[in-house]
Amino acid sequence: MGALGLVALWLLMSGVYKPLVLILGAISVLLALTIANRMDRADGNNYLAYPISVIAAFRYLLWLLVEIAKSNWAVTKIILSPGSKSRQNLFTVPVSCKSEIGQVIFASSITLTPGTITVETEDEHFIVHALSFSDDDMDALADMDARVRAIETEARD
Amino acid sequence: MNGFDLLIDLLSWALILAGSAFLLIGAIGTLRFPDFWSRLHAVSVTDSAGMILLVLGMILQAGLTLVTVKLVLIGVFLFVTGPTATHAVANAALVSGFLPEGLSRPALPKRKAVRKKSPAKKTKATTKTRTRTASKTRKGGTG
Repeated sequence: MGALGLVALWLLMSGVYKPLVLILGAISVLLALTIANRMDRADGNNYLAYPISVIAAFRYLLWLLVEIAKSNWAVTKIILSPGSKSRQNLFTVPVSCKSEIGQVIFASSITLTPGTITVETEDEHFIVHALSFSDDDMDALADMDARVRAIETEARD
Repeated sequence: MNGFDLLIDLLSWALILAGSAFLLIGAIGTLRFPDFWSRLHAVSVTDSAGMILLVLGMILQAGLTLVTVKLVLIGVFLFVTGPTATHAVANAALVSGFLPEGLSRPALPKRKAVRKKSPAKKTKATTKTRTRTASKTRKGGTG
């Protein structure tokens, strides 16, 4: 699976299909896989096995893009409106995602949507900084958390 | 066919211009906002909307070629590394005690209970979560 991905990546990135280049590509793929395998064994963790459903993750990505567009518009309005109306706030957000990848996706999603930044990550809570805090923000973040939890296929910890 | 090409061209230029506008708005925000924390948010406009729209516009310009594959990869990597970098900067500010004006670091509900029981336990828990955070950030950067 990893080998196929690397071969596809090489073929798509190079665009030159001469024997020498293809042989060099094959050697690089083998080298990369060997190193990755050795590192996995040294670490004792298989980071390539992510417990998320790809189709659900894709649907989440589309939803996230809409959210990014919406909050971009909100921050743009704050930037361009005269006088500073920002009501900054630091607050904790409960996290229900069990897997590490789920927490990473949730934290990155919070930071990707303009107006909110994940400042600190703990096991069950994130500290989030908001540019203009309103009470709906907590509901919106809880909704996002539930959506991330929905794409996790199994709890792995 | 010619009309279709023109339509794609118009759409891609609209996307590129909109992306440039968001870059400009991010720059204006960086200048106008009063302090470090609000400026971070202005930059994230550049990071998300500006980047996505510009890459989409360039994809439409490139058409179905290998260049498009590379542009998609660039978009994916920026999508992952952008928030990681922003989080690293914000986290460094919080850890070094540089807080927004008039705000304090919120207490974490769970951590508080542990602190009451025994101070030794608390320091142990903190170092553990530190390393977890570090490993998460590293994964986000390479993934």
